[in-house]
Amino acid sequence: MLDLYSPGTSLLHRLPPAAKMLAMLIGATLLFLNESLPITVAATLGILALYPIAQLTLKQAFAQIRPLLIIFVLFFAVQWYFSGLELAAYVVLRLTALILLASLVTLTTRSSDMIDTMTRGLRHLKPLGVNPEKVSLAISLALRFIPVLAQITREVREAQKTRGLERSVIAVAMPMAIRAIKMADDISDAIDSRGYRS
Amino acid sequence: MDTTASRGLATKDIVYIALFAALTAALGLMPPIHFAGAALPPISAQSLGVMLAGAVLGSKRGGLALLLFIGLVAVGLPLLSGGRGGFGVLMGTSGGFLLVWPLCAYIIGYLMEKDTAANAIKTGLYVAFGGIVVMYAAGIPWMAFIGKLGLTKSLTIMVAYIPGDLVKVVLATIIARGLRRAYPNL
Amino acid sequence: MIDLQNVSVSFGERTVLHDISLSLAERRIAIIGANGSGKSTFARLLNGLALPTSGDVLVDGLNTRKKGRDVRRKVGFVFQNPDNQIVMPVVEEDLAFGMKNLEFSKADIATKTDEILARYNMSDLREHPAHLLSGGQKQLLAISGVLVMTPDILVMDEPTTLLDLRNKRRIARAVAALDQMVITVTHDLDLIADYDRVIVIDEGQIFADGAPKEVIPAYERLMA
Repeated sequence: MLDLYSPGTSLLHRLPPAAKMLAMLIGATLLFLNESLPITVAATLGILALYPIAQLTLKQAFAQIRPLLIIFVLFFAVQWYFSGLELAAYVVLRLTALILLASLVTLTTRSSDMIDTMTRGLRHLKPLGVNPEKVSLAISLALRFIPVLAQITREVREAQKTRGLERSVIAVAMPMAIRAIKMADDISDAIDSRGYRS
Repeated sequence: MDTTASRGLATKDIVYIALFAALTAALGLMPPIHFAGAALPPISAQSLGVMLAGAVLGSKRGGLALLLFIGLVAVGLPLLSGGRGGFGVLMGTSGGFLLVWPLCAYIIGYLMEKDTAANAIKTGLYVAFGGIVVMYAAGIPWMAFIGKLGLTKSLTIMVAYIPGDLVKVVLATIIARGLRRAYPNL
Repeated sequence: MIDLQNVSVSFGERTVLHDISLSLAERRIAIIGANGSGKSTFARLLNGLALPTSGDVLVDGLNTRKKGRDVRRKVGFVFQNPDNQIVMPVVEEDLAFGMKNLEFSKADIATKTDEILARYNMSDLREHPAHLLSGGQKQLLAISGVLVMTPDILVMDEPTTLLDLRNKRRIARAVAALDQMVITVTHDLDLIADYDRVIVIDEGQIFADGAPKEVIPAYERLMA
């Protein structure tokens, strides 16, 4: 499955996913507890320095921030206008650091490894009625459905195009949902016919 | 629907949960809808998945469908519109809006279960409550906290999205009622 | 061997199958009939996916009402649309799915996976995402996923309807080579020309039952 993982062999790639997630949570909390601009600058540079260590380019680092650029500019302008330049810089840098840190985990960990870690973690929730096998089945099925639904969406849009309806959400979503539910009913029968014990 | 809570999840329930998680992902692939020219931000069809999951599947299964979706985004699958994913997006400025999705679907489903005979208007109100009120109630404070903005300023930024969300409420209501008619025993 | 004893199926007001009694024991049996004739419901009765409204279905003496899981262990089911049957995202994971449910050992799963992939020339597709397979490959994977569970009987609901001619023939060859008893529901008259027995269902009742060379012409007259 296509994920956002960037292949590599660095220490960060090799660390267990649980350790990385824990480190990320601690890091994020510290970023929010800290109120000083110089420390935020240092933290941002420190996190940025981890990118080459993790065999990632600065271009990849920038790509994490790019979708948020507009909102950053907006935040910066509002903060500068109301509270001054220093707070504006602090807020936007803190956000940048947070996103770079979180993306570092995503970029150096395969989704499949992360899924394994999480489903293993779910075993501890068994007393609360969580069934890890059902969760794994749901994950696999969702991964199986996404490309099929994308294909159905394309087919329905093509079909509606001939009627000039391809931009109409109802005309696309309704037949897509009906086909999807038909598929779900069949697949549920297929799962039962293949000996699944729910 | 109320039986699912008491007897755990049957195969069919698991399949529907996975299906609506995938549906939410697939809706992210639809090109964003532009309306009112450039005056308003384009809206992504993705939160339609939240509203549909709640309105069609009910509280428990709808909530779990979105929990699964958010889990898959968290582990790094690029399932949010624009191909985004990973912890970064979930912790970013719009993180509150995304993380609350399971609760939004749950609440919409809960309201629908309490009023099974709801007409279109009432259904629309339930969808709007879970899909707009609850979502903004979580998203705006999060944005205010992350950006040190204060609630009023964050609210001002988000006002531009409300017309788009109202459009989605109408769409979700029509589709959900259609699906319920097509599959009364979902 | 499958026995249907006075089986009727209704969905609400609508009766789909009327009081059918049959014994199915031949190696190759085809069920044909118009759309909406009740033949899909008939197929789904055979492994307990659908239960009769009245009457009983017995598979080697096991009643589908009470022994659903054991029946499904014996009777494998292949659906019309392989996209609606492949459960796991990757080929080898999907093959393993049914075997894991039946608690096969890891070694057994590995051997059976190798075997079936080799049999259908799909060994290089082992780690391939299922949704990227061609239509014919998907149907072969769907059939394989059932065969690895070593069912005694294979029921197929229109397995070639969505396929092109080349893949129809590929599936026909694959099915012809199976040792198991096969019951095929189909519109595809070429597929069943050399079957042992053909049953025509029309409006929920048995219209004809016998060898293909007698029954198929009768069916063609009915459809004309």
